[in-house]
Formats: sequence, C-alpha cells, structure tokens
Amino acid sequence: MSYCAAVADVRLTSLTKVFDGVTAVDDVSLHIADHDFMILLGPSGCGKSTLLRMIAGLEDPTSGDVLIGGARMNDIEPKQRDVAMVFQSYALYPHKTVQANIEFPLKVRGVSKPERAEQALHAATTLGLSEYLDRKPGQLSGGQRQRVALARAIVRRPAVFCMDEPLSNLDAKLRGETRAELVALHARLASTFVYVTHDQVEAMTMGTHVAVMSRGRLEQVGTPQEVYDRPASVFVAQFIGTPPMNVLPPGLADASRYIVGIRPEHLMLETTAAVRATVSLVEHLGHETLVHARITDRDEVPAVVARLEANGSAPGVGDEVGLAFPATHLHRFDPETSRRIDDRSAVSAAPGAPAGAGVGVEERA
Amino acid sequence: MATSTQPHGWRLAGRYALLIGVAVLVLFPIWVMVVGAFKPGNKVLQDPLLPTSVTLDTLRQAWRDGNLGRSLVNSTVVALLVTVAQVVTSVLSAYAFAFLKFPGRTFVFGVFLATLLVPFEATVVVNRETIQDLGWLNSFQGLAVPFLATAFGTFLVRQVFLQLPKDLREAARMDGLGHLGFLREVAVPLARPTLGALALFGFLSSWNQYLWPTVISTDDDWDTVQSGLRTLSQAQIDKPNLVIAGTVIVALPIFLILLVFQRQLVRGLTAGAVKG
Amino acid sequence: MSRRWRDAPLAAAFLAPSLAVLGAFVLYPLGRAMWLGHQRCDATGGNCQSNGWDQYIGVFRSDEFQQAFSVTVRFALLTVPVGLALGIGLAVLADKHLRGMGFFRTVFSSTVATSVAVASLMWFFLLNPSVGVLADWIGGVAKDPGLLRDESTALWAVAVSSIWANLGFTFIVVTAGLQSIPADLYESAYVDGAGGWMRFSNVTIPMLGPTLLFAGVVLTSRAFQSYGEFDLLTGGGPNGSTTSLTYLVYGNNSIIKNNDGLQAAVAVLLFLVLLVLSILQIRGVERRVHYGN
Repeated sequence: MSYCAAVADVRLTSLTKVFDGVTAVDDVSLHIADHDFMILLGPSGCGKSTLLRMIAGLEDPTSGDVLIGGARMNDIEPKQRDVAMVFQSYALYPHKTVQANIEFPLKVRGVSKPERAEQALHAATTLGLSEYLDRKPGQLSGGQRQRVALARAIVRRPAVFCMDEPLSNLDAKLRGETRAELVALHARLASTFVYVTHDQVEAMTMGTHVAVMSRGRLEQVGTPQEVYDRPASVFVAQFIGTPPMNVLPPGLADASRYIVGIRPEHLMLETTAAVRATVSLVEHLGHETLVHARITDRDEVPAVVARLEANGSAPGVGDEVGLAFPATHLHRFDPETSRRIDDRSAVSAAPGAPAGAGVGVEERA
Repeated sequence: MATSTQPHGWRLAGRYALLIGVAVLVLFPIWVMVVGAFKPGNKVLQDPLLPTSVTLDTLRQAWRDGNLGRSLVNSTVVALLVTVAQVVTSVLSAYAFAFLKFPGRTFVFGVFLATLLVPFEATVVVNRETIQDLGWLNSFQGLAVPFLATAFGTFLVRQVFLQLPKDLREAARMDGLGHLGFLREVAVPLARPTLGALALFGFLSSWNQYLWPTVISTDDDWDTVQSGLRTLSQAQIDKPNLVIAGTVIVALPIFLILLVFQRQLVRGLTAGAVKG
Repeated sequence: MSRRWRDAPLAAAFLAPSLAVLGAFVLYPLGRAMWLGHQRCDATGGNCQSNGWDQYIGVFRSDEFQQAFSVTVRFALLTVPVGLALGIGLAVLADKHLRGMGFFRTVFSSTVATSVAVASLMWFFLLNPSVGVLADWIGGVAKDPGLLRDESTALWAVAVSSIWANLGFTFIVVTAGLQSIPADLYESAYVDGAGGWMRFSNVTIPMLGPTLLFAGVVLTSRAFQSYGEFDLLTGGGPNGSTTSLTYLVYGNNSIIKNNDGLQAAVAVLLFLVLLVLSILQIRGVERRVHYGN
C-alpha cells in the first residue's frame, strides 16, 4: 500500500455488520470522495461508529465490501490500510511521553530515530504541542490530550483519517475552537476525513458532506445544505435543525394524504388562518422568540414551534392563534415509508441542485 | 479511619502502652532467638533475654555444620528460577485469556480455576514419583519444575490486563502493533507494579517451601534452607544453640528483602482480598 | 470460520507453558492419586491389585485417619478464629495516625517474613523444657515433660506457634481492608451518635466482610495443610495427638507411609475435605457479606 495514496476515496458497497443477532449496520452503500470531509451523523446506536470501525479495519464486515483507493480492504489489517484513527477517549499510551506517543506509529514502521523525532516535532508544532513533548498524558488537560491523539494520527500522513466523536469529551468553548481547527487541518492535509458525531452542529459546520444514519441504515447523503433544505425522510427532517422541523399528520397542513413538515422559521402565525391552536409556551431567547402551540382538538399531535423575530409581537400563553403553512416551504413525506415525496412544483428546488437530488440512498459522485 | 477526635491525654498513653505491649509480645520470640544465636554454646541457658555474652562462633559453626552456604545457594537458585518462570508463564497465559479469542477459552479458564482448588499436599505423592522417574530427585529442576506456573499469578495479571482501556489495544492495532508488539510495548509496561508484587510473592513462597524440598532431597547437599534447618535440628539435637543460630541465619535474608519491598508485599497479599 | 480460529495458534503457544506445568504437576497427580487410591500394594510397592472404593472406605474408617481428621479440625478451630480476632485487634489498634505508627506496623507485620521452619523452630526452643525461656516461666507441666510432649497441651502449643506465625499476614490483609472503608461511613455513624464499639460492630466488621472472608479462607486452608509445624515441633506425637492429615501421609511415624495406594487415598480425601470446606465457607458467609457499592 503506498504511503500516500494518489486517490484516497472510500467506497462502501452493501456493507452489513451483525453482532450476535443484532444488525448494527444494514446494507449501507456510500462513496466518500478523495479529500472529502464526510460526517457520519446519527443518534447513539445508529451504527455510525461501527461503520467507521469497518473502514478503519477494527471490525470485519459480515457482508459487503470496503474499498479504499479502489482496492478491496475487507481482510486487510488496519496497519496496511493507510488509515489513522482518533478515538473518542484518545487512547494515548499512559506510560509514554507525548513525543513517544506521537512517534509510535513511525517506530512500529521502522522509521529511524532522528527521522521520527523530526516528524513528531513537525506534527506537534502543527497542533501547538511542542512545549509538551516530555510530559506524560496524565499531566495534560483534556484538550491537550486530544491534540496529542490528533498529532499521532497525522504523523503518519495517512490517506484516510477516521475520527470517532473526538470532541465529545471537551467543554463547549473548547469544542467550538477545535471545530475550526479541524476544518483548517483538513484544508491543509491532503487526506480524506471520515468523522462520526451525534452533534448536528458539528456536522453542519464542519463537513463537506453529511451521511445521516438511523438504526443501521443510511437515511440520506448530501451536503449540509441539501440535508437541511431537502431532508429525504421524516427522521432526517427531525434530526437536523434546532428546534426540529414540525411534522404533522396528513390532512392538517394541506389536503393531501402525505405527512407534512415545515420548519419553525417558516411556520406563520396568522389570526385569520384556518388551523387553530392554543399557545402553550413562549421562549424569549433574546435574538428570537419561540412560540409553542397545541393544535385545537388534536391532542395527539405534538406541539408545533414557530420561530419569530424578537420584536415584541409574540402572543401570550393561552392565546388562540391561527397557523399558516406557506406552500413553498412544505416538505411532504409518504405516510407508509416516511420518505420524501418530491413535488417539483410544490417545493422550490435549491439553486444549482441536480434533478432528483437528495432522494433516497444513492451514490454521490 | 474516622477523622474524628484523636485520642489524647490518658487515652493516648493507654493506646501507646497497648501498642508497646503487643509489639513486645510479637517480637519476643525473635528477640530470644537473635540473642541466643550470638551466645557461645555453653552459655545459651543463661540470661536468655539479655545479650550478656556475644560471639560469632556459634553462627560460624552453625553455618558449617548446617551446610548453610550450600543450602542458601540452592534456595536462591530455585527461588529465582521459580520467580522468573512464574512471571513469564503468568503473563503469557493472562494475555491469552484477556486479549485473544479462541474456541474453548472458557473451558481452559475453568481448568486453570480448578487447579487452584487442588492443595499441593494432595499432589506430592505422585509428583515425587514423577520427579523420581525423571531422575531429578536431587537437582535444581526437581525442586523448581512443579512450580514454574501458577493459576493465581495468571488470574492476577489477567485482572490487570482486563482493566486496560479497550481502545488502547485498538489504537495499537491502528499504529501497526500485532499481539507480540502490544504485549511488549503496552501491556507489560502497564502491568509492572503487579508483576513486581507477583515476583516478590513467588520468590517468598518458593523460599519458604518446606514439604517439597523435604520430600525430594535425599542428599543433604540438595537441601534448601528450610529443609536444611530440619536436617540441622535433627543432627544437632543436643546442641540447641547451633540450631538457634542456623534459624537466625536462614530467617535474615527474607526479613531484609521484605523490609525493602514492603509495598509490593502488601499489594501481592491483598490482591485477592480488597475490592477495586 | 477462520475468524474464530485466527488467534488460536498464538493462544496455544501462550498457554502451553502454564498448561504443561499445571497439567503435569497438579491435574495429572490428582487423577493418578485417585487411581492409585484404588490399589492395594504389598510392602515393596509391587503386586498391586485394584480394591475399588473399599480401600477409600477402609482408610476413612481407620482409627488413624479419624484421629488425624479430628486433630486437623481442632487445629483449625483453634488457629483460625483466634488468628482473625487478633489480626483485627492489631489492625484496629494500629489504624490511627500517631507518631511512630509506621514502626509498629512494621513490627506487627514482621511475622510474615518467617517461614514455617523458622517460626516452628523458634517456638520449639521457647517451649523446650531444658532450654526454653517460656518453659521456665510457665513452670509446671511446661518443664516436665514439656508443653510439646504432653498429650493434653501439645496441640495447643503448636496452635500458639501457628497463630503467631500467621499474625503478620492477617494484620497486613485486615489493615488493607480497613483502609478501603470510606471515612464518611464512620462520620455518618458518628453524627448519628454511635460510640466506638457501635461504630466498630456496625461499620467496621460488616465492611470488612470480603477481607475477613479472604483471610479466613487462606488461614483455614493453611491449617488443614499444615505439615512443617508438626514435623518440627512434635513429630506428630505424643500418641498421634498432633498428627494432622498431611502429617499422616508424609510423616515419619506413619505406618502407611510405604504404601502408595493408601497414601494416595488419604491425599485424595484431604483434597475433598478441603474442597468441601472452601465451598462451605464461601457460600455460608457470602450471604451475609456486604460487598459495598
């Protein structure tokens, strides 16, 4: 395997993994282009980590293929795949210094001592660790340990970087800073990034593409904007976006037989609208106001949320309001499959999006 | 213990008195022996508590008559063999149980467990027969071979290995380490304190063995220090001072070693007792 | 299929040394002893004929075995409870942070450095009627014929030496157990108004459960397997009053010493007795042991 693959794209075909009768990954096909920053997004237990581990070589697929750079990697050990992994808990060797930790992959490959030290220094400097080379992981803060884990991964200059929720153990502020640094790192290195997270903010801000997973299946693949603007299923619609998209049973928002979704920022409160609701909660967030309302006589429907500007025009709790659903912002989903129904006349196509984009599971070039 | 009131005044004095009293009781036999060891033969009965006359002659003679030089060598060689072997075999089997997956693992584990239930005394008869058939009756191998592996050591090290974070093994895999590399670079270094305790414990157990050397060494030259004491006490039954001196000489090395390695000792002994 | 067996060759290599030794010197002897126990051989060890289970029953019924069994059980009953109680007492005594406590702790642990031979010989001379200091001080039967030579006192005397020798071990183990009891349990009891003794019986003893169980099991198995003490202190006498089960098998005075079959039968019975004991002890106390969090 070449040290720096010319093409480091990852292609998964019909990948399935079963553990003791539990299907963790169910027939997933995905193409991650060379130098892409692909986010595997989903709630815990959706199979994203298992998928990542199959790319890295830590798990063997039950069926299906993993190809890296065009070569089939199913039975190949991680060390021969030219893949590096950053673990959620960093997995640093506690008894080795920071320098020894970073150098270690090179040591295993027989790189000479001076050469190792130089490359380790380079990686450490890139991540701002040059002062800590003689310390042991136990003497470092969480953020510093995370960087050591990153340095250890980049020192190999691998074709593919796998990262398993690397930011989840950091506090909020550090998380924000590190997000930006990771994006910068990706731009600088010539590697493909495959990044697992359950945090949609990370997914939306960092990735060039997002693969949303649920219960082992791939729900949708697309750019962050595509996934937001044209969710391919009810699950994706409700997973992306805060507050989540309002999802209504058929017949409420329009006369069709489809499940309808509308984002809080598009839901309008009009006194004369046909659908009536009672305000249950008003949240003043300073820059905006969120109004929660329960639809009259439809107690089984969860409260809908509308996003208003914070200009004092919000209704009070208990007020009766009318809900308007502008047709241009409606998302329609099949009641049986929960998958998106594409109606080009009803939904405005995102500018420049190819025809049929975003529906179902597809390979993306 | 509770950080509540420390004793003071009379209670403090009382506690110290009790401590000193018990210490005296515990040290009493040792003191008497040490004093007696330095007494010349004809004075051993006088003033048993006070070193009224001090000489090295008794010790020297005990050394000669008890063949203590030779038996010390025997004990040391055997104990070292056993210690090193126990650490190596325990580490290897512990690794197999902790990190390798293979069919029948539970069964083999059960076999190890079962050996813990078999008291050594029950196996001595047959083991002697085996050693005799091999022609190892008076030899280092005869003394050491039955103890080159221990299930207790395996479990101890396995416990440590199991407590290593799982992703450490995976990170090592990603870095390119196979099992042998992981064992050498990560598992063993991280298990070092426990291995130290195991080594000390193994050394101690081997050194203090009484039944086995007594049973298989028919030649006095092949006595260990413990069975050598027995030989000495039977040979010099009318010269108690020599036996006393011999006992003190034999006891000394272990006292010194344990003084130095107190921490490892405590760790080894309590490995099965305290949770966590 | 091959994935299940991927690690197998390496595992076999790693396990082989331990299995070879344990198999040859623990499991094989047990099996063979059981088989030998079936046999009855003549004085030279030849002409062995299988006796079936009768031999075991015969041994079990013999006077010597029953006496040795009684001796061993009584020895355990003498040494284990007293040993545990003393260990707890010393550990509690030394558990405060006072000046010089390190010295006392070292002293109390010191007997762990004595081997069976060393400790037994120490006490042999203390109790020896002609040269022993203690024999002098106690007087009476201690001087003539000596505590170790009098049938009614011999076992007690050996017990004292054994308790002394094990004190260090028990002290170390119980001290470690004490140190693992969280301080806030004591503080909470203190706030509730519990005095010293109440705290001891309601916090210390229950929380020491696993530790005491461990120490108890070790002490009991040592008691049942004791050999050196009897060999050096009393030679199994007088009149077999200090012949333990192990001494019966290997001691000089045993008339069955030269008969491998009988020897093996006793060895197997010893194993079974110990097995039952371990199970009983662990089961019986386990229910009342608090394992903390």
